[in-house]
Amino acid sequence: MVTIVHPNLEDTDAKMSARGVSVYYGDKKAIDNVSIDIPTKYVTAFIGPSGCGKSTFLRALNRMNDTIPSARVEGDIMLDGEDIYRSKMDVVQLRARVGMVFQKPNPFPKSIYENIAYGPKIHGLADGKDELDAVVEKSLQRAGLWNEVKDRLTDSGTALSGGQQQRLCIARAIAVDPEVILMDEPCSALDPIATAKIEELIDELNGRYAIVIVTHSMQQAARVSQRTAFFHLGNMVEYGRTSDIFTNPQEERTKDYITGRYG
Amino acid sequence: MSITVLFLLAIGLGLAGWLAARARAWTFRHESQTSRLAALPNYHAWYVALWIAIPMIVFATAWSMIAPQLITQSVLASPAADVLPEFGFKRETMLSEARAVATGAAPGVFNTDAQGLVEPYRNALSRYGTIGIIVTLLIGFLGGAWSFLKLKPDFAARTQVERIVMAILLLASLVAILTTLGILASLVFETIRFFGMVSPIDFLFGTHWGPDPMANADNPDASRYGAIPLFWGTIYIGAIIAMIVAIPLGLMSAIYLTQYANPRLRAWVKPALEILAGVPTVVYGYFAALTVAPAIRDMALATGLSNPSSESALAAGLVMGVMIIPFVSSMADDSIAAVPQAMRDGSLAMGATTSETIRRVLVPAALPGIVAGIMLAISRAIGETMIVVMAASTAANLSANPLDSMTTVTVQIVAMLTGEGSFDHPATLSAFALGFVLFLVTLGLNFVALRVVKRFREAYE
Ligand SMILES: Nc1ncnc2c1ncn2[C@@H]1O[C@H](COP(=O)(O)OP(=O)(O)OP(=O)(O)O)[C@@H](O)[C@H]1O
Ligand SMILES: [Mg+2]
Repeated sequence: MVTIVHPNLEDTDAKMSARGVSVYYGDKKAIDNVSIDIPTKYVTAFIGPSGCGKSTFLRALNRMNDTIPSARVEGDIMLDGEDIYRSKMDVVQLRARVGMVFQKPNPFPKSIYENIAYGPKIHGLADGKDELDAVVEKSLQRAGLWNEVKDRLTDSGTALSGGQQQRLCIARAIAVDPEVILMDEPCSALDPIATAKIEELIDELNGRYAIVIVTHSMQQAARVSQRTAFFHLGNMVEYGRTSDIFTNPQEERTKDYITGRYG
Repeated sequence: MSITVLFLLAIGLGLAGWLAARARAWTFRHESQTSRLAALPNYHAWYVALWIAIPMIVFATAWSMIAPQLITQSVLASPAADVLPEFGFKRETMLSEARAVATGAAPGVFNTDAQGLVEPYRNALSRYGTIGIIVTLLIGFLGGAWSFLKLKPDFAARTQVERIVMAILLLASLVAILTTLGILASLVFETIRFFGMVSPIDFLFGTHWGPDPMANADNPDASRYGAIPLFWGTIYIGAIIAMIVAIPLGLMSAIYLTQYANPRLRAWVKPALEILAGVPTVVYGYFAALTVAPAIRDMALATGLSNPSSESALAAGLVMGVMIIPFVSSMADDSIAAVPQAMRDGSLAMGATTSETIRRVLVPAALPGIVAGIMLAISRAIGETMIVVMAASTAANLSANPLDSMTTVTVQIVAMLTGEGSFDHPATLSAFALGFVLFLVTLGLNFVALRVVKRFREAYE
């Protein structure tokens, strides 16, 4: 399978790069020989029909597939040129640098404060209560949630609305100051207003973090991302500027998918 | 004529009704234009079958309880009954001998006077047996006819059958509840009698336990009925020593099994733990009394303690703790496994290690379930009898030294009930008061535990 990469990508600094990555579940190949560069300064969208392996590939980027006993990853994935599977970087360090937000909001059944403080605590990022307070406030502010929750930081995180919970999860992810944030369909459980808030938030965060977002919404991909990769049946079919992919796809399958001919 | 025959009749007649009703319902279906009945033919069939079988079974059961009395009465009314003594033991044995011969359970009478009663017994048995069969059949036919006549194409047999089934299920659950209430009532009754002799204050707060079953029953020495040493022994052995063993081991094995063990190992270890729960407690009792207690005494001797007791609280508590491990671990296992995978992923994705995830997310989230499991385990431990009867002593000591001999509520219940005191002696009755306290405590623990579990379930739904 030839991967068509638009030749005219001017940025060469890649935060993460994958080379010849295949992922197996037992004997079943879910991702076949994917190579891609995730740029530092942009939002990258993964699109493609259900079951094509977007989540699988995303989870390979912070080794979340390690938690699935049958999963196996082949090929090289680099973070700042360091192989994440084979160098001395361990998963704890890797995941501190590559955060993840899941499809379904999954706040811990702890207070809002404790949800945010969790990461800084386990990574020893804050000395003392004052610093921790500051980190919590800053993270919630960046996630656009501070004003809504500042008077109820001791309430349970699970008592928030779905959209608030998802922003809490994003705040939790940025509290450890990662370099990359992976988001797997972060808006699929949310209504249009909450979705708009999250998209706004992604725009805010864009530039500060390398962001990868999996989405089923073409409009969302077009709105928030600058780079788009189209996956199909475990292959990455096409990758390029979002504007190019949506206006001028090189591959027939990409065209069919974005025009809604199959999905 | 035994009840089995009546039951078989009920089932047979029910089956016949079932087939007849189904055939009838099918004819409705063929005759009717719409070809849509209010209920499937099977529901019509069940409706009739239940209306036949249930009244028959109810009557047969009642009859099997009433008939023996009617039979005895008719035998007593017969002239042959004149040979019977007026009352007493001999009268009873003669009657039961005659009955045994009449039913064929015994080859002949031992007491020749009873021979004359055999014939009247035989007659009465066959007469009432026939009456039973006839009435049962009659009831079955009536029920069948009545329900069969109600069958019509638009008859809502389905809802009727559902209703009957629900009533049967309700009855079944009532049996358990009523039994519990009955047990409680008898317990309360005897407890009140006991408290009429010894005041509850002396019983609940006294610190000396040593009832004398030979003492004068009318004027018991209340100072010998202080149950505090028993309560303390029970708590010390069941809730302290046993839990010091069971909580860490149970929790750690649950954590290992849910988070670290690979599925193949888990498939072996989990059933093995459950087998531990199935070991009869008397076997643990042997183990405690024959192996653990002497070992502990030898160790105490080796460390220079003079004259250690051979029946230490420690021995009973340790073995009880091992017995309780599966209760703690299986509840903890369930509640840790019930924490959504998303929670675990969320924590791991933050860069937490597995053990951090367990300590900071999984265990806190599962805590209500774990606590409930521990409470159930405690209530199980303090109600446990066999191990302490075999391994703990009967000496009621109020002591904090685990090497001392101690006794528990359950041990004393056994001791008092099997003691020499007559049944209405306060020493014997004290067993009921002890049982009542134990009942209340374990009931309270179970109640709280179930409430906690329920709250916990709601949190994730
Ligand atoms: N834990 C697993 N074990 C085995 N197979 C899996 C597992 N997770 C995913 N798969 C398989 O891998 C393939 C890719 O799944 P993946 O979840 O990556 O798809 P996706 O593109 O994210 O789909 P969706 O858009 O529906 O989320 C699918 O065929 C799926 O059945
Ligand atoms: Mg997915």
